[in-house]
Amino acid sequence: MTTTTTNATIAEAAAPLDGRQPVGPLLERIRAGRDFGTNVYSTVDVLQVLYDRVLRIRPTTVDDPDRDRFLLSKGHAVAGYYAVLAAAGFIPVDWLDDQGGPASRLGDHPDRLLVPGVEIGSGSLGHGLGLGVGTALGLRAQGLLEPRVYVLVGDAELDEGSNHEAITYAGTTGLANLTAIVVDNASATHGWPQGAAARFTVDGWTAATVDGRDHDALHTALTGHDGNRPHVVVAVVDPKES
Amino acid sequence: MRDTFIDTTTALLADEPRTALVLADISAALFASAAARHPDRVLNVGIREQLMVGVAGGLALTGLRPIVHSYAPFLVERAYEQLKLDLDHQDASAVLVSVGASYDRAAAGRTHLSPADVSLIDTLDGWTVQVPGHPGEVAPLLRAAVAADTSAYLRLSVLRNDRPLGGDGALRVVRDAGPGAPLVVAVGPTLDAARAALADLPVTVAYTNRPRPFDVAGLRDRASTDVILVEPYLAGTSSRVVSAALADRPHRLLALGVGHSELRRYGSADDHTRWHGLDAPGLRRSIVDFAFSAPR
Repeated sequence: MTTTTTNATIAEAAAPLDGRQPVGPLLERIRAGRDFGTNVYSTVDVLQVLYDRVLRIRPTTVDDPDRDRFLLSKGHAVAGYYAVLAAAGFIPVDWLDDQGGPASRLGDHPDRLLVPGVEIGSGSLGHGLGLGVGTALGLRAQGLLEPRVYVLVGDAELDEGSNHEAITYAGTTGLANLTAIVVDNASATHGWPQGAAARFTVDGWTAATVDGRDHDALHTALTGHDGNRPHVVVAVVDPKES
Repeated sequence: MRDTFIDTTTALLADEPRTALVLADISAALFASAAARHPDRVLNVGIREQLMVGVAGGLALTGLRPIVHSYAPFLVERAYEQLKLDLDHQDASAVLVSVGASYDRAAAGRTHLSPADVSLIDTLDGWTVQVPGHPGEVAPLLRAAVAADTSAYLRLSVLRNDRPLGGDGALRVVRDAGPGAPLVVAVGPTLDAARAALADLPVTVAYTNRPRPFDVAGLRDRASTDVILVEPYLAGTSSRVVSAALADRPHRLLALGVGHSELRRYGSADDHTRWHGLDAPGLRRSIVDFAFSAPR
């Protein structure tokens, strides 16, 4: 069994049965016979747990100031994102059939002005966490203490220095309404020998490192912030194929 | 100009709850009282310019109106991709306010020079650029920029004209030599030198402290054949705009400003003004050569 089959099977099995479309077939619909790398499959489980069980956002609240924010920083891992957004009703399922086409709203990287529910346009690595810090600060400054800001980055994306600016600032100032999620498929060129979480905890974040396929573990980790400090969840998945 | 900026911003933070200020250590001590009063809206991220602009983008996404401030090279050049992506691409906007224009800190050398800042901002879409020529012009420009909902770049300098000139950004004729005369457009602190250079010559002089959006209608109203741009940043920065505005007419354009090559010289800002030919004698030489001596 290939990694791809395993991941798609897990995504399918974990799909909710409350009338929503299951994610697996939607992802296959986007794929349309193309090859997806593990960078796509590695994020599907996290996205499902976020949208099914964690984020306080639905298609009718995409402009509500009190909504949770999810910022996909690694914008190239977008197919699973579109599938999850379609499954949750943020975008019409038939948009999935023409990803990247001339009349499509769904690019190879997401654009917040074109896709309902998408908080940031991303693709260039190292931008989501800075925007997330600003979003968390902006919510706090306006007395919006309920919403949380979740930013998904890749372990290789952590190489970008802009992330280190954001990690240190958020940690040392105790930015409590921010959660980073690192999908760790061991793709950083020089690696994170102490584990990706150490890069955050040294600056005062709380951290949880879990199996990125285990939905209950992900749920526990994603809701495990202490309310005083920023929180990181490192979701470990199969290493990227070389 | 920096003092006026600090006073005006401090007042805006108190009066407008939507306003926020993002700093990367530069001027942080001067905003200490504002930070004490508005700790959630005066944010000093430390020496982290990428984060400074990213934070501004995030603040804007939540509905705040961020003012972002640093030295010109750190504000505009170091985090250029953040300006492009974290503001423009997100359809988020901010008001950038720089100090240290062009060669204000000439003795510090190349690292602190930023004559290309307006050219870089020009690669972005729909930005207002304000270049005050006197501290008295700073507050109204800043207030107008903050009240708008588009992005703006306010470029502060230690160089200044003797007196402030108000206005709404439209070209303002300060010396009218009548129909057919060459038109000199002086931007911001270059006005006094331009006026002094041309006092006895039949040249119309107009002033603007808001080169973007450039007052194209005013330019077309006033321009005859010869147009001379005098800008306190990279020479030719506004040539594209003027050429497009006059594309349907025969015209000649001379673009004066800071030269492209690195001089590798220290000295004062006034020294650099002279070396780049932006003092009165230098401007006179260039403009006379172009408009009155060259073969027509």
